[in-house]
Amino acid sequence: MNNTDYQKIALGAARRERAGKIGLYVFLTLWALMVLFPFYWMLLTSVKSYSAYNSEYVPKFFTLAPTLQNYVDAFTLVPLARYFTNTIIFTLATTAMMMLVIVPAAFAFARLEFRGKNLLFTLFLSLMMIPSELVVITNFQTITNWGMRNTFWGLILPSVTSVFYIYLLKENFEQIPDELYKAAKVDGTSDLKYLLRVMIPICRPTLITITILKIIECWNSYVWPRLITDNENYFLVSNGIQAIRENGFGWSSPSR
Amino acid sequence: MIRRTSKAWLYLLPALLFLGFFMVYPLFDVFVYSVEEGYNSASQTYFGTGLYNYSYVLHDPYFLQAVKNTFIIVIITVPLSTAFALAISLALSSVKKLKELYQTVFFLPYVTNTLAVGLVFMILFKKTAYTDGMVNLLIQLFGGKSVDFIDGPYWAKMFVMCFYTIWVVMPFKILILTSALASVNQDYYNAARVDATPKWRIFTRITLPMISPMIFYLIITGFIGAFKAYSDEVALFGTDLNAAGMNTIVGYVYDMLYGNSGGYPSYASAAAVLLFAIVLTITCINLLVSGRNVRT
Amino acid sequence: MRVVLQNLTKVFPSRQKKGEVVVAVDHFNFEIPDGKLIGLLGPSGCGKSTALNLICGLETPTEGKIFFGDDDVTELPPENRGVGLVFQNYALYPHLTVRQNILFPLQNLRGSEKLSKQEMEERALQAAKLVQIEMLMERKPSELSGGQQQRVAIARALVKMPRVLLLDEPLSNLDARLRLQTREEIRRIQRETEITTVFVTHDQEEAMSISDLIVVMKAGVVNQIGKPQEVYDNPVNLFVARFLGTPSINLFDGSVKAGKLFIGGEEVLSVPGAEDGEVTVGIRPEGFILKKDGAFTCTLERVEVMGRDTSVVCTHTSSLNDNIRAIIPAEDAADASGKQARFDLKPAKVLLFNPKTEERILFSFGEKQEAKA
Repeated sequence: MNNTDYQKIALGAARRERAGKIGLYVFLTLWALMVLFPFYWMLLTSVKSYSAYNSEYVPKFFTLAPTLQNYVDAFTLVPLARYFTNTIIFTLATTAMMMLVIVPAAFAFARLEFRGKNLLFTLFLSLMMIPSELVVITNFQTITNWGMRNTFWGLILPSVTSVFYIYLLKENFEQIPDELYKAAKVDGTSDLKYLLRVMIPICRPTLITITILKIIECWNSYVWPRLITDNENYFLVSNGIQAIRENGFGWSSPSR
Repeated sequence: MIRRTSKAWLYLLPALLFLGFFMVYPLFDVFVYSVEEGYNSASQTYFGTGLYNYSYVLHDPYFLQAVKNTFIIVIITVPLSTAFALAISLALSSVKKLKELYQTVFFLPYVTNTLAVGLVFMILFKKTAYTDGMVNLLIQLFGGKSVDFIDGPYWAKMFVMCFYTIWVVMPFKILILTSALASVNQDYYNAARVDATPKWRIFTRITLPMISPMIFYLIITGFIGAFKAYSDEVALFGTDLNAAGMNTIVGYVYDMLYGNSGGYPSYASAAAVLLFAIVLTITCINLLVSGRNVRT
Repeated sequence: MRVVLQNLTKVFPSRQKKGEVVVAVDHFNFEIPDGKLIGLLGPSGCGKSTALNLICGLETPTEGKIFFGDDDVTELPPENRGVGLVFQNYALYPHLTVRQNILFPLQNLRGSEKLSKQEMEERALQAAKLVQIEMLMERKPSELSGGQQQRVAIARALVKMPRVLLLDEPLSNLDARLRLQTREEIRRIQRETEITTVFVTHDQEEAMSISDLIVVMKAGVVNQIGKPQEVYDNPVNLFVARFLGTPSINLFDGSVKAGKLFIGGEEVLSVPGAEDGEVTVGIRPEGFILKKDGAFTCTLERVEVMGRDTSVVCTHTSSLNDNIRAIIPAEDAADASGKQARFDLKPAKVLLFNPKTEERILFSFGEKQEAKA
């Protein structure tokens, strides 16, 4: 091969690479638009006045007369503020209680020695395969029997534990070298103190991840709250939105 | 040892209590319910045991419709969303500029209330007295005939359904696959490049085998998740899914339990047990297949 | 294949500070003769791996050109350069067997170079035999020892008969004994195949023992190129002198007056031709001759017997190191008792440097006999 051949190959390779890059960006941008468009549409519709919305046979991609009236309506005609408060209470309480339950359990599995540990952990793991739909029926009956329908306790209690998060946290706890535990024991540190002062700070990233995931899960939960509440004083946002829609709420609300 | 044992149980006690009440007990209870015939939740009485509940559910056209819908959703959305997420993750991992921006945008649907976005999808696809809706106008623009995707023919509704399901499940898959791709040592790609490996061969012979555990994880959880589809359907078609002909198995369970046609926990239990059996079977098949194919 | 680097430069944006740059490879100008093994040597972070990546095409230079023979390959992507690369961590595909790993590059060949299945198998077996792993062909990389993995990596790089073979710290993941063995092996393979080879390492002993030529780098700049022994005997500056040799060179503050070298007030050697002034004196450990009436007096610390040789450990007020280490033949060790040790110096093993610029100061030592006496 001579030099011109090489130049041709090099040039071709550079051109192909540039074309490939452009293709990639086009592809990524298309999907980004696909993701963003519904959000944009949601925002846009929420600031269009009702009459403007209904008079547009061909929906406009922008509005020249944005209005906040829909937001005012949403908070006055529907107790949207109440739904938000409920959701926040529900989310925070559930997440906090879950942390109190799963951290000690994960610690016991990761660090403490006790009879029947392996058997119990295997049972725990097998629970991970049980879909929540299977147990929701009895839980519904239980909560009803306890008279906890339309209460926060009824909303919160069944969502407090998560086998998966206990598992995740246990794996993370076990990454901490044994030597630290032994050193703490030699220094006379109690198990609880070791958990609070050593393990939790070291595993903070995982704990934060779990917290965020749980908060998202609570924020989006729809099915259980729908079953357990029919009093709109206890509706969460998702139930509220759905109720507005079902009852033919006649005007454009922020979600429409 | 005794003292240590009792202390360990003390740490476990809250978790055990909650799991016992809301997971283990219901697990057995649902099987009990499912064989109790004519259970009445008000009086908590029943008049016999047997498999009648299963027989009723299996002959209920609503249930059969729900099973059909669920299977269609599963079969269409799981492979499509996984393949598409893989394509996007590959594209993401081969660009540098704006990568984080794209990642953030792609992750958005994960942290939003799917019910709210579902309503937007409905608006975009729905035909009303005032407008044909965005999507239909686009179709007309390209010379097609408009279709009501929300109250129209079955295939149109199913199309929106699958489209929205894929839109919803993409962020998680992209997240998992991007991190799986990032964890493949760059040296393997450099070695392959130096050896003049064509792009497609790098993908099939190096990338895919290296991330195959994660792909199978996504497929298995994708199957399980898709079988439990419900709230996305509600977002698009409202709570009366039976009327829309778009119910799913989980939707059927809830409708039987509570709602317009509710009050039959025994039928609900039977349907739930059937769903569990289906999911368990599919998961086992998946595990068998992946056990043979995932190379480590 | 002769490899020529012309003005080769690679600049990276700095990771710590925005706007600043790191010059990883700074105007390289040298030629790697055909069929030779060249050792690219320097402390970690000096840019030697970047230089290697430039040669194989994984990085594109900021400036300068690379020639393979007469072909300009500067802009050519790595897949078209026909180079073989062995990675520090071997980068063997973990899901493929040894055979599949070695076959992998051959299966990429297209067009006129495409081989039949049988030819591929033959070439793979040939390569495996060259590195003596033909009995491990059906194993997975995870079932091999580090040394065996290393051999597979070399076989994979060699099987497509590369024009240039590049090895990036190939021995650093092996234990000491295996390292010794494998470097002999690399030398043997290189001799047999006569492929131009570039070998990157931070271990000077490794580079010295197997290279035809070594290139000593510091902070992106080539300090010296030459045959290992030449570079060792005649380092151009203090850095090269210190970097080469174990135990490392002993350094002293000294001065030159009227062609005589003084260390701590003692006249230790005549250095005709060197200018008067302060100097940094480097004395190789083997440059000491233990002698009752030697010119150079040190405080004796201890004597370490190492079989063939004896190492005399001393201190001196003008020494720039904690200890002075002199290596003398074992039979001379009997003299090494008492509180002081006196040495004569071998002029060829004494190197003078400008203490400011660290450049070498030359002197003539034709009158060896006189200096000794």
